[in-house]
Amino acid sequence: MENQATLYNETAGSRVSDTPRGPRKKKTVGKVLEAVMNAALFICGMIAVAFVLVISVYLVISGIPAVQEIGLGEFLLGERWYASTGDFGILAFILTSIAGTSGAILVGVPIGLMTAIFLAKVAPPKVAAVIHTAVELLAGIPSVVYGLVGIILLVPAIRVAFDLPSGATLLAAIVVLAIMILPSIISVSETALRAVPQEYEEASLALGATYIETVFRVSVPAARSGIATSIVLGIGRAIGEAMAIMMVAGNVPNMPGLLTPVRFLTTAIVSEMSYASVGSLHRNALFSIGLVLFLFIMMINVFLTVFIKRKKED
Amino acid sequence: MEQHKLSASRRAYDRTLRSILYLCGFITCALLVLIIGYIFYRGLPCLSWGLVSTEPSYINDTIGILPNILNTLYLVILAMVIVLPLGVGAAIYLTEYARNRRLVAVIEFATETLTGIPSIIFGLVGMLVFTQLMGLKTGVLAGSLTLVVMILPTIVRTTQESLKTVPQSYREGALALGAGKWRMVRTVVLPSSVDGIVTGCILAVGRIVGESAALLYTAGFGVVVNNFFTSLQTASGSLTVALYMYSEKGETEAAFAIAAILMILTLAINLTANWAGHKLKK
Repeated sequence: MENQATLYNETAGSRVSDTPRGPRKKKTVGKVLEAVMNAALFICGMIAVAFVLVISVYLVISGIPAVQEIGLGEFLLGERWYASTGDFGILAFILTSIAGTSGAILVGVPIGLMTAIFLAKVAPPKVAAVIHTAVELLAGIPSVVYGLVGIILLVPAIRVAFDLPSGATLLAAIVVLAIMILPSIISVSETALRAVPQEYEEASLALGATYIETVFRVSVPAARSGIATSIVLGIGRAIGEAMAIMMVAGNVPNMPGLLTPVRFLTTAIVSEMSYASVGSLHRNALFSIGLVLFLFIMMINVFLTVFIKRKKED
Repeated sequence: MEQHKLSASRRAYDRTLRSILYLCGFITCALLVLIIGYIFYRGLPCLSWGLVSTEPSYINDTIGILPNILNTLYLVILAMVIVLPLGVGAAIYLTEYARNRRLVAVIEFATETLTGIPSIIFGLVGMLVFTQLMGLKTGVLAGSLTLVVMILPTIVRTTQESLKTVPQSYREGALALGAGKWRMVRTVVLPSSVDGIVTGCILAVGRIVGESAALLYTAGFGVVVNNFFTSLQTASGSLTVALYMYSEKGETEAAFAIAAILMILTLAINLTANWAGHKLKK
């Protein structure tokens, strides 16, 4: 590069020698700029890593004190949560979060997977395009809007159907969560199904299988790692959702039951943070709940990375 | 011909599964139509000029959502102004500069992790770091900073994808003409991937507009009209937070009016993102 530049200057002759300092000065400025940008972009690149570190460190730092004070066993396995008497056991929240997520997966995955198969394999392209847009829209609806529709339509319907004093129950939360995880399940599974090599299906058809048999016995198994990824993503979304289920789940710290009002890990944080006084054990216990939730999410993340890695190695 | 030879059980299998597939496709669409239709049916009649142009008044016993509209706008503007250089910079670093594969893997893992973290965790840590540690007051600034952490992955990913579509020959051409790396990025790579960056921004705006859990304890609940600079350090409820507040108070009409506004915004954002995406493909 350096040589080329001098060569150019020499051949350009008089025009360059008229302004001998111009190009050289510009070049150093350019070099400094290059170095500055190199460093600045490196910092930008590292910022995501810094964010993750800060989040992890802060959750651990602020989550540990309450656990120490209450005792790990008492905190994780205690069945009573009464801030006024100083009982801080979150077993009910953990079980509720697990029950709610499993319920949402049980309801949402079959519908989502079938819709994905429909979109990728059966639907005419124009219909698929319309439904695809609809799914994207479903993903974009804010969670408070799901919560509002849930309160007004779903909760009264459950109250009437099961003759309960209030319809704000785990069941309502499960239905709302199932709808909210549909988009991630559909779009990821659909992509995986579309990526199945056509030869697989052609071979199956040539052996005399019907198209539907081919789809279910060849395409779906071939896309299983993508489908698994979509389910894990769905679990992550369901376990982390706060506002929508805050509005429909009744928000009472009960042990989970399909028709009882319940409180999740996420909604425990949302509902009590505003009145837990700064520095109190109550507030620290809420941070510990955040830490537990974060550990759940990290487990899911690690699981996901393992899945994706295995898929790449295949 | 083939069809006639099928055994009864295989034909039943075929028919049942096919109808289940159609049914599930229909359910998904019906859910969307039901939700959007219901929101508009309940919300649009409640929308009025008085509602969107005033702040709540206890004396007149009226609800106005102008403060929340403004706060949402402030949050979007501030968060985007901060996150855009960071996110685009990170994407440029990952695709154009980084040589160390292991470092790239670490950064990408961190970005993926950020994508998976639920917004309530962002809210919690945002409150701890920005308001307790750094001493900011609950307000638009703390809220925007929290949002920046949350939407960074969206910007990084979409920018990275569109940077990858820029043909290698463009870069080689620029370098061969004697441009430095940054000059090449600035004059050749970025202009040809601007569509993708715009799409990413639209998606990010969509996430900000719909976010609530991360904002509750960072931006707060305030419902007073403030100018931009006052709101930075004053509790300022976004539209979503206001929806939550009004629905908890039983003010269903106001809640549905806000929901209708949010739906219109979501529709507009989705359509624009789609349109920009199609343009990108061309």
